[in-house]
Amino acid sequence: MLKIDLEEIASKEIAARKPNRIHCCTAAGCLSAGAEEGFEQFQKEVDRLGLTDTVQVAKVGCMRLCCQGPLVKVQIADSTNSPFPIEDKHGTIQNNNQIEILFHQVHAESAKSIVAGFTGQKVEAVRGDFQSPFFQNQVSVILDNSGNVEPERIESYIAAKGYKGLYQVLHHFSLDEVIHEITRSGLRGRGGAAYPTGIKWGTVAKNKSEKKYVVCNADEGDPGAFMNRSLLESDPHRVLEGMAIAGYALGSSQGYIYVRGEYPLAVQRLQIAITQANRLGILGTRIFGTPFDFRIDLRTGAGAFVCGEETALMASIMGQRGTPTPRPPYPAEHGLWGMPTLLNNVETYGNIAAIIRNGSDWFAGMGTQTSKGTKVFCLTGNVVNTGLVEVPLGTPIHKIVYDIGGGAVEGNTIKAVQTGGPSGGCIPAEMFDVPVDYDSLAKLGSILGSGGMIALDNTNRMVDVARFFMQFCMDESCGKCIPCRAGTVQIHRLLRKILAGSADHADLDRLEQLCVMVKDTSLCGLGQSAPNPTLSTLKYFRSEYESLLKESDSTQRINLPLLCSSAQMGNQEQLSAETKGS
Amino acid sequence: MESKETKLHQEVSSLAILESEIRKLQYRQDALIEVLHIAQNLFSYLSKETLRYVAKQLKLPYSKVQGVATFYHLFRLQPPAEHTCIVCTGTACYVKGAYRLLETVESWSGLQEGHISEDSKISLRSVRCLEPCGIAPVVVIDGKVRGHETPEKLLQELKGWFVNVKDRS
Repeated sequence: MLKIDLEEIASKEIAARKPNRIHCCTAAGCLSAGAEEGFEQFQKEVDRLGLTDTVQVAKVGCMRLCCQGPLVKVQIADSTNSPFPIEDKHGTIQNNNQIEILFHQVHAESAKSIVAGFTGQKVEAVRGDFQSPFFQNQVSVILDNSGNVEPERIESYIAAKGYKGLYQVLHHFSLDEVIHEITRSGLRGRGGAAYPTGIKWGTVAKNKSEKKYVVCNADEGDPGAFMNRSLLESDPHRVLEGMAIAGYALGSSQGYIYVRGEYPLAVQRLQIAITQANRLGILGTRIFGTPFDFRIDLRTGAGAFVCGEETALMASIMGQRGTPTPRPPYPAEHGLWGMPTLLNNVETYGNIAAIIRNGSDWFAGMGTQTSKGTKVFCLTGNVVNTGLVEVPLGTPIHKIVYDIGGGAVEGNTIKAVQTGGPSGGCIPAEMFDVPVDYDSLAKLGSILGSGGMIALDNTNRMVDVARFFMQFCMDESCGKCIPCRAGTVQIHRLLRKILAGSADHADLDRLEQLCVMVKDTSLCGLGQSAPNPTLSTLKYFRSEYESLLKESDSTQRINLPLLCSSAQMGNQEQLSAETKGS
Repeated sequence: MESKETKLHQEVSSLAILESEIRKLQYRQDALIEVLHIAQNLFSYLSKETLRYVAKQLKLPYSKVQGVATFYHLFRLQPPAEHTCIVCTGTACYVKGAYRLLETVESWSGLQEGHISEDSKISLRSVRCLEPCGIAPVVVIDGKVRGHETPEKLLQELKGWFVNVKDRS
């Protein structure tokens, strides 16, 4: 197809919309809570009551408050003339008389009752509240379309300004201008390493080669983090558009998305999205009638955490065992099949089209000096509200945990949050004033990582938390280098010994020594960061470790770790003195 | 109960599908993982014979195919059990007591995590994060995801299968 008119598709789509809409979340979280049954019931009831001309039922993506799923959002075009009975105005957003109402835990019965509301009957369903702090403290940049756009219909994405960014760059931007715009925005990689995206693009663009590859890392392996899954299930075209823009800027004609094998729904929705984009000529050859060709293929992972590491991921795309290789050479020079390859995270690509459409200044206006833009977090664990959270970078932890998350469940107190998954660390509640950005969390011995945020309360034992993460890294170590393969096993053994109450001070010293050794000498990021949860709990919750030690002769203490740098040791000793003092 | 003949017939047609899928992927060696996914979907697990067949088709050493198949957790090298119970032990589920769920099922069934009962009826597995963390703790019973799970609710659900196990022992 030579030329397609995005405006025409968008206006057709908008014209075909019914005035009242029922949006059912059909992301994996709500689906496992029974969203499909609710959706079917809605359709049946709308048919049965003859409301098909005025009420439309749509499958949309994530609406963030996963713990209350299945979530349903009802949009009523004209509240003044609507027979839909609204007992109280609380919990609705009013905009040109349009009202949005959120419902929690919508199963067949409540679905029936909600549809009956359009005939003026009383609605019996659990009401949500868009005015609650959970929603009011959040922003919508990456999740702008989630819950509004239908992920399985490209027209719906186009009606929400979709593919305008790609159209714009193909017609009005030179290759350098795209990279310049991304660099100016200050966007940093959202996968965890936080490398400036513009600089990465520039490096790949500079390398002359016949073939280049654009790869999207959707192997979201951190347990407790599901930002990427949610985005792929809710708004897959946004990621495709970002990749296509990268392809244009880098002079690449082939993209790969490497999706975690545990995400069948994301794979399915991406497949549908790619087929639809190909059909409209938005992907494939001569995109928008320009000489630019770009195709995207899917690669499905098969359950290996280490494949989130870029060199392991590339090995897996090429059909090999997913073991990492030392860098340099970096993928930007020598990647897939030896060609320059760009690797970015799902969320990084998700930001691209919006930066192009709204300009880099708009993006750089959000966040902090060194961490620009917004970030999606998965708030889970022992807080009242669990789900997806999008806030500007630099938002203090307490705002996320207490205002948005609603704090601890009744009777308990929050003790710490764990960020960054098995590579991250625990941040104690006393430090919740810290702004969440890449640099501040690194200073505390944790990382922002890909965005998992797990609240721990007084029922969680920190030593056991450390053991849990070490077991994870032990199981997931690919076995290539000895520090990671053997070190994780020994650290795990020591942690179990401490938990069993049979360890003494010498064991604790040995544990610290081993952690630093594994951190300093492992081949890839998995091993280098595996000791982080243990080290950070040792740093902030040392008393919990010490209370589990059996009394031993102090002369038996082994020499303090020689491998520790003096700064680290100073820090640890000072902190341990502080904890002892308190 | 399926007769041997229908089973054989099914296997022959599955093999034909696998062959055509490999052809569609142009016998590319780098498509090995895709091919193994397809084969597992068709045969429900990867037997030695299947791996040998894939190796031959892609002109790869058997050791390489075996190496890839054993590296990735999602590839099953044993026939699946009739019923499966998967307990998610990702961080969010762990924090909300996933191990209590696992222990409850283990002590009730006498099966260890990661094992299949002798009569191949039941398999009990744990998995690291299925990602509907908002509704943790999560279990998957015969492919159906269930959130906010409690030991009591879980046992209620599994009782049907486990009664048989108890009878057997």
